[in-house]
Amino acid sequence: MASIEIANAVKSYGAVDVLHGIDLDIQDGEFIVLVGPSGCGKSTLLRMIAGLEDITSGDISIGGTIVNELQPKDRDIAMVFQSYALYPHMSVAENMSYALTLRKTAKEKITDAITNVADILGLSALLERRPKALSGGQRQRVAMGRAIVRKPQAFLFDEPLSNLDARLREQMRSEIRKLHRRLGATSVYVTHDQIEAMTMADRIVAMHDGIIQQVGTPIEIYDRPANIFVASFIGSPAMTFLEGTYEIAANGNAGVRIADGALIPVLPAQGATANQAVTLGARPEHIGIVGDDKGGIPARVDLIEPMGLSTLVHVSLAGNPVKIFTLDRPDFAADSIIHITFDMEKIHVFDTKTQLRLPPQSEPHTAKTA
Amino acid sequence: MNLSGNSPTQKAIYWGSHYLMIAAFVVFALFPLYWLLKVSVTPNDILYTEGVRMWPSRTTWENYTFVLTQSNFPHYFMNSVIVAGTTAIVTTMVAAVTGYSFSRFAFRGKVIIVALMLITQMFPLVMLIAPIFKILAPLGLTDSLTGLIIVYTAFNVPFATFLMQSFFDGIPKDLEEAAMIDGNTRFQAFRRIILPLTLPGVAATLGFVFTAAWSELLFALMLVSSDAASTFPVGLLSFVSKFSVDFGQMMAAGVLALIPACAFFLLIQRYLVQGLTAGAVKG
Amino acid sequence: MQAGKLPVARRGVISRRLSGILEPYLYVSPALVLIIAVMLMPLILGLSYAFRDIRILNPFSGGFVGMAHFQTLLTDDAFFGALANTAWWTFGSLLFQFTLGLILALLLNREFPGRRLIQALVFLPWAVPTFLSGLNWAWMFNPVVGPLPHWFTALGLMDEPFNILSDPDLAMWGPIVANIWFGIPFFAITLLAALQSIPKELYEAASIDGATTRQKFISITLPFLAPTIAITLMLRTIWIANFADLIVVMTNGGPADSTQIVASYIFTQAFRRLDFGYASAIAAVLLVLLLAYALGVIALRRAMTHADS
Ligand SMILES: Nc1ncnc2c1ncn2[C@@H]1O[C@H](COP(=O)(O)OP(=O)(O)OP(=O)(O)O)[C@@H](O)[C@H]1O
Ligand SMILES: [Mg+2]
Repeated sequence: MASIEIANAVKSYGAVDVLHGIDLDIQDGEFIVLVGPSGCGKSTLLRMIAGLEDITSGDISIGGTIVNELQPKDRDIAMVFQSYALYPHMSVAENMSYALTLRKTAKEKITDAITNVADILGLSALLERRPKALSGGQRQRVAMGRAIVRKPQAFLFDEPLSNLDARLREQMRSEIRKLHRRLGATSVYVTHDQIEAMTMADRIVAMHDGIIQQVGTPIEIYDRPANIFVASFIGSPAMTFLEGTYEIAANGNAGVRIADGALIPVLPAQGATANQAVTLGARPEHIGIVGDDKGGIPARVDLIEPMGLSTLVHVSLAGNPVKIFTLDRPDFAADSIIHITFDMEKIHVFDTKTQLRLPPQSEPHTAKTA
Repeated sequence: MNLSGNSPTQKAIYWGSHYLMIAAFVVFALFPLYWLLKVSVTPNDILYTEGVRMWPSRTTWENYTFVLTQSNFPHYFMNSVIVAGTTAIVTTMVAAVTGYSFSRFAFRGKVIIVALMLITQMFPLVMLIAPIFKILAPLGLTDSLTGLIIVYTAFNVPFATFLMQSFFDGIPKDLEEAAMIDGNTRFQAFRRIILPLTLPGVAATLGFVFTAAWSELLFALMLVSSDAASTFPVGLLSFVSKFSVDFGQMMAAGVLALIPACAFFLLIQRYLVQGLTAGAVKG
Repeated sequence: MQAGKLPVARRGVISRRLSGILEPYLYVSPALVLIIAVMLMPLILGLSYAFRDIRILNPFSGGFVGMAHFQTLLTDDAFFGALANTAWWTFGSLLFQFTLGLILALLLNREFPGRRLIQALVFLPWAVPTFLSGLNWAWMFNPVVGPLPHWFTALGLMDEPFNILSDPDLAMWGPIVANIWFGIPFFAITLLAALQSIPKELYEAASIDGATTRQKFISITLPFLAPTIAITLMLRTIWIANFADLIVVMTNGGPADSTQIVASYIFTQAFRRLDFGYASAIAAVLLVLLLAYALGVIALRRAMTHADS
């Protein structure tokens, strides 16, 4: 097990920069999830850690040693690929033992390790099969097993679950977490599925366009997103954004006036000035539906999506689509007018120009941005 | 895909014509070989009088025994096996590494090298005979099997390289990356993981090159002057002059020479199609 | 960060980046050395012969003659005759090789009992040394020892059995037939491989959409085969144009130069007249013509694919 430090790592392909100076410290034993939209450079960063891509500038160290000059084989890391990359001409057992064989590990030790890992992953009955004769989920397990038997300094995962169906993905998610708790190995996990990020990570690294947007625990990222990008990317159904101007009343109360003239009260924000262009961000569960006489803002219902446990109500407010999460069964139909309120303690104010979150004055300065 | 329509009559008509056409192709392909065989077992005295009969009234193995015991043919034959075999193996090895680098690396000058290889496919090779002789002579490589092997290898490498590249293109890059992480250098990953996966492709390439080298006459004739280093196509030609065109013996030698080429070809021909099919080795 | 002070792990003397840059060149170097030494250098040497007087039996030859060979070439009727014959030989062979090869590939693309064996048998001509197949076909066209003239007479194609190889009007058909026999497997193999890589679902989807057999062939099979067809046709055209073995063995260019193609003419000039200078000049012209042809085809394909998109 080892820590991983990435210092000002840059990656360019010719004139195109795909990573612009990444700084990241990963603690020994930590489970880090890299999230971001397609093409933001997650795989590139992971492959640089693995040694599959050269580092254009900057340093990557594993266990306190700079590994820029080392081949992948000398870095003592294991990787699970999205395609699994199992060797088609080898049996499951051979696939899993290959790395150990290359390291000239003693035969009995290899057998022990494989029996043990096959036990953990439920692969014992499949050891003699070829990858072709396995289901997608079984192949995924073999790929995991191949990484685990090596007891490497760190595990790297590149979207290992994206080829599985929803139910299997859910199951593997918790299995990987359990395995991590058991082995305690430093892990870097790439995904663009924010549910995976939320459920699995010790810390999430949110990336966009080759830049780290925010690093934090899942709850930090969810509750205090550093900017509009992180706020919109994390959370499903996604956060609603309303553009408006910031207003301060004489008594110190603050609010955001949106396009149709309605004023939505917010906690006074740090560094916000009157008439500043701001964007209000509200998660679906922080918007409520109230009776007609309770002073809510009127909005037209576009669509009602029952989801069993809850209901998602889509409304239009001043021309903007707004999503509302409710545990109540709605008693209104599409096209009717309802009244909604915003939970001022929970909603966010962003500076429209810089896209950064303006935290409420009551909150200490913690949000980290790149 | 269903080409044959659905009613039983339509099916019968379709398959009837299918087999008829197949039969026509088989006859066209095999009849000349049959004729070769026929001439080789026809005794000399009736070679012309019964020249157009489908099968001679008497047959003989004389031509074969003569070729095998009294001519230099077994020696030419060995030379050809050595030259074609070595050429096939060396060419395939060279083409494998080159094709691999074309498939996996982007590097400066790649386009130029590819264009160069394509252009070599347009050379009128006759034009190269004299210059090649001039280059090989001071190195002592004329009149030697080694010289022939070098020349054949160079001639066959471009096509073999493009062939190998197409096989490597069909193998996902992840596999050698996984192998590199498991503890191989890139070259070891290529040799231990990727190459075994392209075995059908390797077989196909070996076959193509072997048959080409086995048949080559022009350079074998021009670069080699001694009997000691002659290959069998040159040897066949020697029947024409030495034995005042003894066609029976020549055809017998020809049939014998066909055996290894055909045997090799029959062995690898299914890989030709399989190997050429993209993705044949996936998964 | 304090990363600058961390120890740096290293293996080997050259840096990872440098070895990464060098690696691909290392892989191509054996091929490159071979091609440069055995093909490119001789080519340049050969091209230089085109401007020199090189006659093997003449001890006074060897001098520089400038464009003299090319001027002779302009008035050499035999050369222009050979040029016309080359076109006839190349496209005549190619048309039949390709059409029959495509039909064979389509026939073999269906599963039927004995397919493996049939496939092996029909591909056999590819393995026969060209020299031997040339001799054998010449033999079969001979009315004394071959059956073909007698069959042609029986079919009414000939009044009486005679050898087409000695008739200047028909002689070219001899090597062309031998070439077709030899070349069908090449097209059948490559096209069959291309056919087998067409996803089966495409045909199923088209069937469900109500496509007839012919529509499926035109809308799925042909477009999928098009790239293979284009590249193999181009390479084979060049290859056949350069391919003189069958002609040299079967007719030696005769009778009366009626089967003389440029490649066999070069051979005649070089190895029968021993005039290497002139032979090299002809070869240079042929090389330029073939290059122009290839570039023309590539440009045409570019234009067509651009028009498509
Ligand atoms: N060889 C290359 N040459 C040029 N650009 C490249 C190359 N490889 C990747 N890129 C670019 O680098 C960027 C980052 O790619 P990367 O594969 O890291 O994205 P990703 O975040 O993993 O996306 P995904 O979620 O789709 O896998 C992309 O914009 C991609 O186009
Ligand atoms: Mg990726």
